[in-house]
Amino acid sequence: MIEITLFHYLVLAAILFTIGIFGIFINRKNVIVILMSIELMLLAVNINFVAFSSFLQDLAGQVFTMFILTVAAAEAAIGLAILVTFFRNKGSIAVEDISTLKG
Amino acid sequence: MTDWNLSLISPIMPEIFLSAMALLLVMVGALKGDKSMGFVTYGVIASFVLAGGILYSVSDTRPFDTLNGMLVVNGFSNVMRGLILTGMVFSSLLSLNWLRQNNFMKFEFPLLYLFSAIGLLFMVSSNHFLALYVALELSSLSLYVLAAIKRDHLDSTEAGLKYFILGALSSGLLLFGISLIYGYTGSLNFSEVNAALVSAQMLPVGAIIGMVFILAGLVFKISAVPFHMWTPDVYQGAPTPVTAFFAIVPKIAAFALIIRLMTGPFAILNDQFIQIIIFVSVASMVVGAFAGLLQSNFKRLLAYSSIANMGFALLGLLYNVPEGVGSVILYLAIYMVMTAGVFGILMSIQRRGVALEKIEDFAGFAQYSPLLAYSLAVLLFSMSGIPPMAGFFAKFFVFQAAVGAGYFNVAVVGVLASVVAAYYYLRVIKLMIFDKPNSDMAFTPMCQFSQLIVIVASVAAVILFTFMPNQVMHQALEAAQSLFPQ
Repeated sequence: MIEITLFHYLVLAAILFTIGIFGIFINRKNVIVILMSIELMLLAVNINFVAFSSFLQDLAGQVFTMFILTVAAAEAAIGLAILVTFFRNKGSIAVEDISTLKG
Repeated sequence: MTDWNLSLISPIMPEIFLSAMALLLVMVGALKGDKSMGFVTYGVIASFVLAGGILYSVSDTRPFDTLNGMLVVNGFSNVMRGLILTGMVFSSLLSLNWLRQNNFMKFEFPLLYLFSAIGLLFMVSSNHFLALYVALELSSLSLYVLAAIKRDHLDSTEAGLKYFILGALSSGLLLFGISLIYGYTGSLNFSEVNAALVSAQMLPVGAIIGMVFILAGLVFKISAVPFHMWTPDVYQGAPTPVTAFFAIVPKIAAFALIIRLMTGPFAILNDQFIQIIIFVSVASMVVGAFAGLLQSNFKRLLAYSSIANMGFALLGLLYNVPEGVGSVILYLAIYMVMTAGVFGILMSIQRRGVALEKIEDFAGFAQYSPLLAYSLAVLLFSMSGIPPMAGFFAKFFVFQAAVGAGYFNVAVVGVLASVVAAYYYLRVIKLMIFDKPNSDMAFTPMCQFSQLIVIVASVAAVILFTFMPNQVMHQALEAAQSLFPQ
């Protein structure tokens, strides 16, 4: 049996975080996927915080996690609201349609 | 544990006052609906002015820990809070006329200004990564909504969506950095992080990576290259008063945060910090100067101008002593005043019943409204750094700081970029004063009293600064001094 150490958690978090970033940049289809990727990034950070918190025997990291979860909920609410208003004006939420402003 | 008394929170009275006003005005708005628009708007402006008065009466040069070390209020944060409140007064005055013209009766608009101001004010005093994060998000979430506030316009909602996506990405980067700093130093408090890094035998690589991530998150907020992509789109798409607000206030707060991190927790990582600052600064100056040449939309032009300006301001940070930081504070103050004036003038002219958008629309402006045109010329001269306007001194002091630190090459790039950028400022002046109007449709000056206050204050400050650069610089130096241990 392998023992799960801090290192494993950090690698997992780093992988999830990278998937999140790539999800934002490579994704050419749908804005909802971008919102999911942002969520994924924040959750990867939470894994980091909880792993460090348990490793350091220090509660501050877990408190920080609570704050991140709360703010992420507010952020998702605002993001979806903006997305809905955009959809009303444009009739589409495809990434390639977000292109009125350029130059 | 000492007994609680009011003096323990007295330095953050302006923030507490603004929070109380925000709750009160939300209630008024919720109960009376959009009829309360006028009351809420003037209430918000009055709160900013009163908070400035409170700040003046509680400001003290001694550093002061409050809320269990979450915030440290010192001379630096007092000056930055003063700048932020001034910027808030300016930008809310600028929005008045626009709200009236567009018959925009949503009481949320001024309240979002107020909420983001509270976040920005807490940000500059933060001494703990948790306080930093929460304050930053409080301001950012309000800014996302403000960008998309014209919800039946495609431009505005698209600007909001872009700003939201990239903003959320940047706060993700910031958080990842904070988690690494926490893991490798075992603390979230700025002074404890610094102590842990100083006492470490060798600098942990994880902490350096964490610092880079945190900087990336903050560089987004000041819209410096390579995280500047959102700026032109958001400036163009967002309603003009909101653009003015974006250009004036949040950048100052994010910059203050970078300065605090540089002199606080990451003081020991200065070598690595400087390398990043050099790259970001040079790239912003060059991109801001060259990409600005291609623009035909005035708001996009101002976006690139602000990118270049942030690059210049970053130059001062290369010199990690009070003189360098003081030059940055001065630069930010002058940048704020100039930008407020330019936006004030932009919003006081209309043509064919619509606001000016294209740079060509300025042609012949001086024939219709010489006073406004020459005021804009003075401000643009100042932005391009031509003496004796204030902008010259701002640039002079940051270049002096970069040279003082021995970064001659970077300073030379800065001067060259400033010459290139002068082209697009001078082009607007040439169009206004020397060219014929490109159609017979007359300009309609829409200058209201509220905008006039901002324009007069801005032009007067830009010209009068010539007579007392050293005194103002002395104030900035004193504020910067409080960041450095004696």
